[in-house]
Amino acid sequence: MRAFISSVYLFLYAPIALVVLFSFNAGRSASEFTGFSTAWYGKALGNTFLVSALQNSLMIAFTSAALAAVFGTMAALGMERLGTRTRAIFDALFAAAIVVPGVVIGIATLVALVAVFSFVNPALATLWPGDQPPQLGLGYGSIIAAHGLFSMALVTMIVKARIASLGRDIVEASSDLYATPLTTFRLIVLPQILPSILAGFLLAFTFSFDDFIIAFFVAGSKTTLPIYVFASIRRGVTPEINAIATLVLVASLLLILTARLLMREKKSKSGE
Amino acid sequence: MQAAIKKRNLVTAALVAPAAAWLTVFLVLPFIAMLVFAFGERAPEGGYQAAFTFAQFANLPTRAAAFWNTLVLAPVGALLCLLVAYPVAYYLAVRANPRYRLILVSLVVVPFWTSLLVRTYAWMYILGSRGIPNLLAMIGIEDVRMLNTPGAVLLGIVYGYLPLMIMPIYVSLEKLDRRLLEASADLGARPVSTFFGVTLPLSLPGVMTGVALVTILLLGEYLIPQLLGGGKVFFIGNALVDLFLQSRNWPFGSAIAVTLVAVVVVVLMVAMRIAWKVAGTRQVDLV
Repeated sequence: MRAFISSVYLFLYAPIALVVLFSFNAGRSASEFTGFSTAWYGKALGNTFLVSALQNSLMIAFTSAALAAVFGTMAALGMERLGTRTRAIFDALFAAAIVVPGVVIGIATLVALVAVFSFVNPALATLWPGDQPPQLGLGYGSIIAAHGLFSMALVTMIVKARIASLGRDIVEASSDLYATPLTTFRLIVLPQILPSILAGFLLAFTFSFDDFIIAFFVAGSKTTLPIYVFASIRRGVTPEINAIATLVLVASLLLILTARLLMREKKSKSGE
Repeated sequence: MQAAIKKRNLVTAALVAPAAAWLTVFLVLPFIAMLVFAFGERAPEGGYQAAFTFAQFANLPTRAAAFWNTLVLAPVGALLCLLVAYPVAYYLAVRANPRYRLILVSLVVVPFWTSLLVRTYAWMYILGSRGIPNLLAMIGIEDVRMLNTPGAVLLGIVYGYLPLMIMPIYVSLEKLDRRLLEASADLGARPVSTFFGVTLPLSLPGVMTGVALVTILLLGEYLIPQLLGGGKVFFIGNALVDLFLQSRNWPFGSAIAVTLVAVVVVVLMVAMRIAWKVAGTRQVDLV
């Protein structure tokens, strides 16, 4: 039993470790370590395409996760107050946003946006007073919208679970003591759900930062980091990709560990 | 009183309005658009041309191989995942030293939240010609091809989705009442019969959740077959990318996507029906 468990952990981590190890390889080989070097990192970070893809990814991940954190939390708070039937509709839609494969979300968003643009752009062109009417197209906005959908469902799910575990009694005590609903929210509810909101934000950020398939459909001419990495892999496996992969790993590791710490704190506080 | 209720309703509406708008514009409308496209025709220059025809759905058999691969390899991959995951979940929930349990569980969850692209790349790197086949060549075993085989895709699947399978099983085993195991032992059951008579049946909801989750996600998988199957072992997801981004046959692609969603819904319904039969549904902690 022990041996099996150890080998599963080895199975989970050895491939990642190998990628990291060979990112420091002086040579190009994937099986022969010819000397320690950070040259591939220098090469990766000197690559302007890569750096701009990274910047795009960070901007998209931050924006979509921030929007999802705010709107998702609002939805989680609002859904508590809805009637059973309306709440069921929301539950079903959020579940769909999570369960429907990313490839389908990407396609559906692409198809819908292109259809909308084909109506809006000519209309804009005739209505626009100047010579160069703005053209709506795929890009940052469409990626943020599509990522925001999944992320919002994720945040809502996490924050809702936290609200459900909150004691009703302190909220009631607060209002019995003549606190306005807003004061109760600010002083009682918000501090308790804040760690889950932050955790939701970080998970949403990680999701968006790592997502390839949705962005692949709706990115238009823009490039995100996973799209760049995917394209580079298709051109051939090199230690430079290992270096980039290592940087991506470190970034998502930091995010997920912070998120888990925040969730952990929530659990120990509520005594679960 | 009336005013207070009205105000309360207004606040509720304001709270859910942004999410409702987002869900409508970026989930419901896109689905309707996709459905409309699926009954349309391909424009000569690619893209969509308005029509009402079932031709796209009638054309589905031309992509039978993608459906076949997906519908075989997704459940097989999920079951392989289960075989590896169950002992790990059991160990974590029942046997592991409580002091290290948290760390061990974290170590399982963390890979799930790190880039699937990078983790799949790791295997592309290992199975590729400069990886294991290169090592084998050094000891005289030449011309071994590992990449671009169904085996490589299955390996990638198990690797990628193992964490997602372990978690729900772990959760259901962790909730298991230890006194039942003691009672079973006190009544003279051997450990093996306790496992098959008590532990396994009580963990079935977790097993069902894990298998359903992994199967559903695999039905829409693109990266693993793309990188490890290299065009030889392709899923529905790969056919979709090809139809939308290469041959630009959007109506046919939409018809396939609609069919994929239908398959996902059927799998989900079957899973839920079984789950209800097995026991009450349980919450799964994905993070």
